Amino acid sequence: MTLPLDGIRVADFSWVLAGPLCTKYLATMGAEVIKIESFDRPDYYRNRQPFADGIPGMNRAGSFNTINFSKKDCTLNLKHPKAVALTKEIIEISDVVVENFAGGVMERLGLDYESLKKIKPDIIMMSSSGLGKEGPGKDFVAYGTTLHAFTGLTGLTGYEDGEPRGIGGTWVDPVTGTIEAFAIMAALHHRSKTGEGQLIDLSMAEVQISLMPEAVMDYIMNGRVQKPRANQDDWMAPHACYPCKGEDKWVAIAVANDEEWEALCKAIGKPELVNDARFADSLSRWKNQKELDPIIAQWTQNYTHYEAAAILQRAGVAAGPSLDPSEVAQDPHLLKRGYIVTLDHPEVGVRQYAGIPWKISGVPKPYLKHAPLIGEHNEYVFHELLGLPTEEVKQLMEAGAIR
Amino acid sequence: MQKRNALADLKIVEYANFISGAFCAKLMADLGAEVIKIEPPGIGDQARRSEPFFKDVPDSDGSGLFLYLNMNKYGITLDLKNALGTKIFHQLIKGADILIENWPPSVAKKLGIDYKTLSKINPRLIVTSITPFGQNGPYRDYKATELISFHTGGIGSRTPGGVTDPLKEPPLKAGGHQAEFMAGLAGATATMFAVFARAASGKGQHVDVSVQEAVASTTFGDIANWTYERKVTPRTTEFGMVGGGGLIPAKDGYVTVLGNQDYQWNALVELMGNPAWAKEERFSSFISRIERWSELKPLIMQWTTQHSKEEIYKACQAKRVPCYAVNRIDEVVQSEQLAFRGFFQEIEHPKVGRLRYPTTPYKFSATPPQIRKRAPLLGEDNAEILVKLGYSKEDLIKIREAGAI
Repeated sequence: MTLPLDGIRVADFSWVLAGPLCTKYLATMGAEVIKIESFDRPDYYRNRQPFADGIPGMNRAGSFNTINFSKKDCTLNLKHPKAVALTKEIIEISDVVVENFAGGVMERLGLDYESLKKIKPDIIMMSSSGLGKEGPGKDFVAYGTTLHAFTGLTGLTGYEDGEPRGIGGTWVDPVTGTIEAFAIMAALHHRSKTGEGQLIDLSMAEVQISLMPEAVMDYIMNGRVQKPRANQDDWMAPHACYPCKGEDKWVAIAVANDEEWEALCKAIGKPELVNDARFADSLSRWKNQKELDPIIAQWTQNYTHYEAAAILQRAGVAAGPSLDPSEVAQDPHLLKRGYIVTLDHPEVGVRQYAGIPWKISGVPKPYLKHAPLIGEHNEYVFHELLGLPTEEVKQLMEAGAIR
Repeated sequence: MQKRNALADLKIVEYANFISGAFCAKLMADLGAEVIKIEPPGIGDQARRSEPFFKDVPDSDGSGLFLYLNMNKYGITLDLKNALGTKIFHQLIKGADILIENWPPSVAKKLGIDYKTLSKINPRLIVTSITPFGQNGPYRDYKATELISFHTGGIGSRTPGGVTDPLKEPPLKAGGHQAEFMAGLAGATATMFAVFARAASGKGQHVDVSVQEAVASTTFGDIANWTYERKVTPRTTEFGMVGGGGLIPAKDGYVTVLGNQDYQWNALVELMGNPAWAKEERFSSFISRIERWSELKPLIMQWTTQHSKEEIYKACQAKRVPCYAVNRIDEVVQSEQLAFRGFFQEIEHPKVGRLRYPTTPYKFSATPPQIRKRAPLLGEDNAEILVKLGYSKEDLIKIREAGAI
């Protein structure tokens, strides 16, 4: 069965989150992704919780096993000159190179774009970094979560006291991983028409700011510095999270017009609210939402967040449970959609993972396979792909190049 | 080799409302695809009625959100409830590679813009449908806005983190419309995969994107926390699965520091003047520092509250410590790094004049993204597009009088 990226090979030097997520998406669409790491310098997430059943191990890490499924894995100690030579041999038979090292690393290894073009003239290179490959911040160390602060996202997320609070999970990284895949696909498309490869220099900070034009343009157009305002909307009300039955459970409700307002009043057993002058039109509702919210909370607290959402949706009102990740993993809708994937892994067995956020009709079966054990495909990459005799592979392992 | 646009050969029709479809199409338009954006006559796209407005005047050409989302696109109007409007739509579809739409599945079906109907008109058409919960499943017909999407995707429960009183601090949506934008991005990525699938098979494709799933794809680590260790990070934890989210007060605001590698921690300790407490056993590993964050934070604050966030940020980065100032939006727009990158560029517009806009977050060496046109006025390109389809200028008058455009 054909997959969109059959015949495409990716030499994947990326590590941590954004780059690996990008290459995972390419792998599920059929690209052969060769992840290059090292026993001396394994990928960041191999040694981070969660571990399967709480037992640490480089092949037992849940985040790693989610971000890196469907890939092949080889180990090369890039401090060894023979290892660097081998990376060039891998690149020679690859279409795409992905890297997100700190500035200067690829240059020092002789793996900068100009050098790679000499090995493979039509190579596509994705080079991502926190702030871009040029400028005063080009060498700054960035983890995605710290870029929430740089980009202003942290300062725009918080309660009504206006204090910056931010997102407690990852956001910039997975967004970046997704747009990296898009950019590589655009470059592959261009290459398919012209035979021409290229270098893509991507900035994670700029990616996030591209998702925030409202605040940016308000400053540019009006000089306004926006502050956080909890779950409130520009104009819709009621528009908030309301407490539900159980511990720390909430339902999100958003009312967009008079019809929905009337439907909500009836659904919560308070039809008299429809004629309450404080809430009779959308502007009044918005201005009086501090009075309105507790009235709605009085109702929601009698139901679970799933129940409250279902009742309101039946009435034609936008509502949804605020799910914690364990609920996302078990959500009946997501399970029916097949979003949660089940993979059998040689060390940790059968587990569920966050899957792929799209379905393509002509790709009913994306390539889904457990994340690789560290060095799992050394034999395949060096002996089968590069054609090195088994004896030479053994010598390179003993010499510490393949390690 | 002559510089060109990577996606210049792709013809895209965008029939969508507000953000997700528009951003999906924008990503492709910025790389050279020809995008024709269809809006309802008279009222136009919802984004035209969205803040922020130029000088706070709610003009339909004054929305900063609309102006940003729809540069590099042609703009026409069509009423698909009108048979003539539908006919023109089908003519556009015949000549298109891709349709991007974000109507609820039942509405798309009623309008006759569902994949099954359109693939009969153009068997090679790729239809990218972006909906809150996807094209199937128990929530398929659920209504949603940004608030619902952000929360049902699971990241609301992780926002903000470091909550002291869960009852008084509900889970939040992030600022802006993050879920809508992320869904548009997922749509663009999947559309490119579909372009390749079509190249292999010769057949059109239906791309099905759920905003909930686009959001859920960002919570994979917390999902693994459950599937691997049956744990849920409580909202009271300041540091989540990746050790992020900790804000430390400086003299004039906040900074965030993530020193998870020991050499980074050691560099930070040196910057703070090697205080005695830093050598204590209780702070000796990344895990222990996270576990003892409530003890550690006030100690670090002894140093940070003496300095401005800019000072701290630059001093830390010079020593390779991952630290950033928590920027206000004015500080972002004024960033010297972003200025160096040329990230903001000016565009002229007849209604709002010359303004700067964020551009693209990547540089392509062979096919650099360009701003070719500003966002369209409502129905601005009706004449050009309809004449290309074979209508005369006289026809145009009658088409407008019938309300089809």
